[in-house]
Amino acid sequence: MDLSVTLRGQRHNLVLKNPVLTASGTFGYGLEYAPYGDLSSLGGFVVKGLSLTPRLGNTPPRIVETTAGMLNSVGLQNDGVEYFLSETLPKLPWRETAVIANIYAGSTEEFAMLADRLDGEEGVSALEVNISCPNVKKGGAQFGQDPVLAAEVTRAVREGAPHKHIIVKLSPNVTSIAEMARSVEKAGADSISCINTLLGMSIDYRSRRPRLHNVVGGLSGPAIKPVAVRCVWEVSKSVGIPVIGLGGIVSCQDILEFIIAGASAIQVGTANFMNPAAAFELVKDLPVLCSELGISSIEELTGSLQIG
Amino acid sequence: MGVIFCGVDYRWLGEVKNAMNNEKCCDLSVLDLVPFGQTGAESIFYALRLSAPNWPAWQPGQFVMVRPHSFGYEIPWARPLGICHMTTQHLICFFQVLGRGTKRLSQLRPGEQVAVWGPLGNGFAIEKDRPTLLLAGGMGIVPFVGYVHRHPQPWNVSMVFGHRAAVDCYPVDSINERIPLDSLRETVPGDLDNLIFTLQERIHDCADQDGLVLACGPRPFLRTVHRFAISFGARAQLSLENQMACGVGACLGCVTKTSDKWADKRHKDGFVQVCTKGPVFWADQIQF
Ligand SMILES: Cc1cc2nc3c(=O)[nH]c(=O)nc-3n(C[C@H](O)[C@H](O)[C@H](O)COP(=O)(O)OP(=O)(O)OC[C@H]3O[C@@H](n4cnc5c(N)ncnc54)[C@H](O)[C@@H]3O)c2cc1C
Ligand SMILES: Cc1cc2nc3c(=O)[nH]c(=O)nc-3n(C[C@H](O)[C@H](O)[C@H](O)COP(=O)(O)O)c2cc1C
Ligand code: FES
Repeated sequence: MDLSVTLRGQRHNLVLKNPVLTASGTFGYGLEYAPYGDLSSLGGFVVKGLSLTPRLGNTPPRIVETTAGMLNSVGLQNDGVEYFLSETLPKLPWRETAVIANIYAGSTEEFAMLADRLDGEEGVSALEVNISCPNVKKGGAQFGQDPVLAAEVTRAVREGAPHKHIIVKLSPNVTSIAEMARSVEKAGADSISCINTLLGMSIDYRSRRPRLHNVVGGLSGPAIKPVAVRCVWEVSKSVGIPVIGLGGIVSCQDILEFIIAGASAIQVGTANFMNPAAAFELVKDLPVLCSELGISSIEELTGSLQIG
Repeated sequence: MGVIFCGVDYRWLGEVKNAMNNEKCCDLSVLDLVPFGQTGAESIFYALRLSAPNWPAWQPGQFVMVRPHSFGYEIPWARPLGICHMTTQHLICFFQVLGRGTKRLSQLRPGEQVAVWGPLGNGFAIEKDRPTLLLAGGMGIVPFVGYVHRHPQPWNVSMVFGHRAAVDCYPVDSINERIPLDSLRETVPGDLDNLIFTLQERIHDCADQDGLVLACGPRPFLRTVHRFAISFGARAQLSLENQMACGVGACLGCVTKTSDKWADKRHKDGFVQVCTKGPVFWADQIQF
């Protein structure tokens, strides 16, 4: 069966050999998972958020396990884009699979500089713009919660990286995700990924203290899947550009749900922690489930939701 | 295969995928689960024997991520457990029931499947000619079972073991056979002072002999060891117990703060993953 998908962007297409990507922050830089499967079998992987300069990240504790999910407030710890380009990217199988750079910055100008720095890099297939991280004080959430700022950032990245497919990653922590989607589409995004984590909190009732040093953090994992499916559905109805769905995907059945809701591709996040071979197994098992159901192509399944 | 827990059939959610049986990540069967110490309903200490993975190169001090299929979707993370001992026949872990994950581990039955990935992390230094002092607090004894088996000159090794439960709750027998073990049980508050005093004396002596101190246990225990090791200038390694989600260096959730002695200059006074850069650290390279 045909697992390949083409994300038809406004400026650039992104061709994937299958719709299974891994989500930023849950798959390291790919190499961490190389002992557990064949990286080049994936549709692609989105690396941990990159910033212009190294970031220390937040004070631990940064993660908390919750029922069917987890909270994180990692705070985008990373060694900076230069280290990634000189030391990590050369080790990644970017000729065989799509390596997508997730980028974060505190200002529109910095976003533009990051985009410009990555534009000429042959090994990077696309940029995923993180305007939705709930764990950083400056920028981050604000960009993702204001359609005007989100459009500004999108435009800055679009202009900074004219040769790349630009994915804008949306936050579910908004009143109308459809409005955000329309705004970034108008500003030039080639595709949209959703959702980032939902803002959450957990308290140790004995000590009466928050379990995260940062007090609040982002909820991910199976617990958020229904919210994510709803977001993908709303966004895909409101825009013409392709949608990459994520949030709580663990099984092939989950993948089909997102695709039927309107996703052209998906990302596997927290499930990588539940089983380090999760993404590799999904790539292997997806065609089996599709053929059982008589589905011959992923593209024809996208948005095939039947209502009424 | 579907997943049933708490009487709820979660099959309709789709499958929790089983591990692909590659070298590092495999489904192992439970051979047996043996309670230690007081048995019956109150039992909280268990030796978990699993079918052997093929990891000939494991090091004492390394650990595994253990995730029984019965965790379902409800308990997303695997639990990190030290490798107690491993042969070509079996992998033995030893754990204490604390919360919901270890509770469910204690309900495993022979034949059940458990996803396991490892061996993870770096392991303790073995410097065979050097006097070596092992300091274990509670479950911190686990990696030292394998350590004393592996050590080529066990007459250079001794141990101080601080614990709260009765000593027969812990896997001490095979250690006792090989090296002198001073067991200090903490039942009344004064016992803690005694333990701290003993740690101080022994770390001091070990530093004088240019020996090696290796410690594993709860954070307050390690903090005490760290303080003495630094002040006496002892060569010391500590094995940290931080919360972990992935165990492979990807989530950046388990990080600990390094000192300015950390070798890689990018991460001096920064955060590094306990799961991949540790769990064993030289005392002077981390901050408490
Ligand atoms: C490298 C390493 C080796 C370990 N080896 C052993 C061992 O051999 N035997 C043993 O009994 N215990 C060991 N532990 C501790 C063990 O992982 C925890 O006791 C266990 O995870 C508690 O899970 P729970 O669901 O019962 O507790 P809960 O409190 O319900 O757990 C909630 C979350 O916090 C985490 N957590 C809670 N306490 C600890 C802790 N002390 N350390 C790390 N994570 C914790 C859990 O993994 C879980 O993700 C080790 C920990 C690490 C990091
Ligand atoms: C530990 C952790 C770190 C993350 N880091 C990033 C990041 O750097 N950039 C980003 O855009 N999203 C980040 N995310 C969000 C995920 O990419 C994803 O959007 C979210 O977890 C929902 O998917 P899931 O439920 O499948 O995990 C992170 C998530 C987790 C759990
Ligand atoms: S547990 Fe994920 S980085 Fe260590």
